[in-house]
Amino acid sequence: MTPRLNFLGLLPALILLCGIAAAEEGSALLPPIPPPAKGEECVEPTDVMRRDHMRFLMHQRDDTMHQGIRGAKHSLVGCIDCHAQTDAQGVVIAVNAKGQFCESCHSFAGVRMDCFGCHSAVPAADPVSMALPERITSPALAAVRLASPGVD
Amino acid sequence: MADGSNALADKSRRRFLTRTGAAVALGLAAGVRFIDFPSARAESSAVSGTQRWGMLIDSSKCASGCSACVQACSDEHGISGHGRPQTDAQWIRKVTLRDNESGRETSLPLMCQHCENPPCVDVCPTGASFRRADGVVLVDKHICIGCRYCMLACPFKARSFVHENLSDQKPWSPRGKGTVESCNLCVHRIDEAKGRVPACAEACEREGHGAIQFGDLYDPASGVAKALAQQESQELRADLRLNTGVRYQNL
Repeated sequence: MTPRLNFLGLLPALILLCGIAAAEEGSALLPPIPPPAKGEECVEPTDVMRRDHMRFLMHQRDDTMHQGIRGAKHSLVGCIDCHAQTDAQGVVIAVNAKGQFCESCHSFAGVRMDCFGCHSAVPAADPVSMALPERITSPALAAVRLASPGVD
Repeated sequence: MADGSNALADKSRRRFLTRTGAAVALGLAAGVRFIDFPSARAESSAVSGTQRWGMLIDSSKCASGCSACVQACSDEHGISGHGRPQTDAQWIRKVTLRDNESGRETSLPLMCQHCENPPCVDVCPTGASFRRADGVVLVDKHICIGCRYCMLACPFKARSFVHENLSDQKPWSPRGKGTVESCNLCVHRIDEAKGRVPACAEACEREGHGAIQFGDLYDPASGVAKALAQQESQELRADLRLNTGVRYQNL
């Protein structure tokens, strides 16, 4: 009788210990999140990003849309560029596809995101690299213009 | 402009220096650059009213039957139709004007005219339709509720409504169902550090027509401002006093 009572007394402590271990590992609190496909570190520490990424995105969105400020670090395109995975065939998977970076946490937290109704969920296939037309880039033309400002 | 050369005795030498001085002084004063795309702004700074982007379209150079600009716009922004021309999105279209008396036909591309006093901005109930400080008229699709008042207000029929779910949008040109959209003057290109001309102007140039000239209307050194200062041009529906950023020649 006595040993059984002792075991029952220890049970709550055991459950507590298991809980702490699980919380430290994170596996019981968060769904499996795919690691970033590239990049050394995120633009902010992970805990800050988990809490505040939507505020960063919203803030930069307004700056870019209304004031034309580009190239700042809290960019949705930046998120996608690093976090989009590729499958075994090398095809890029959308970040809002099931189990992918954005979707895994958002479905776990029950938060609907509508970014991808309009925004691309995959990185640019062909990075913007088209050069200016010949006439416009030509330094020779610019030199002529500098020498005789009346002639266009 | 070349006051430093007055003391020189040699007449031809003086003329040479005067001319060079004038050229350099004009270049410095007006900020002549080595490419025709003046992007005085750093990517990380806000746009300002010291610039105004605009276009000059010479319809005598616009070939009838050519739709390179329309195709380039569709490719750039990922615009594809559903075979329903009445409702499919269209940011730029080719228009043919015909004089009934003489039968003379004129071909021209028509898109958002980027008005200084845009009717679409006046009527927007949410502030989604706005004019950026540098003259580009845009729709902030984050706050557009899709009421389409702006489409009714626009005298140029320049705006479209997205009726259906879209996929495969371009990363630089977000588009989505339930919002209004129109030509954004390829704002992602002109905002780049080096700056690139809009896709339609580039395509027209590539085709060898060069009917669409793009630049800063406020910069006296830009090709557009020079042409506007020297040659006759007109704005569409000038009676509405919208002060459009897109001007036409030889209509």
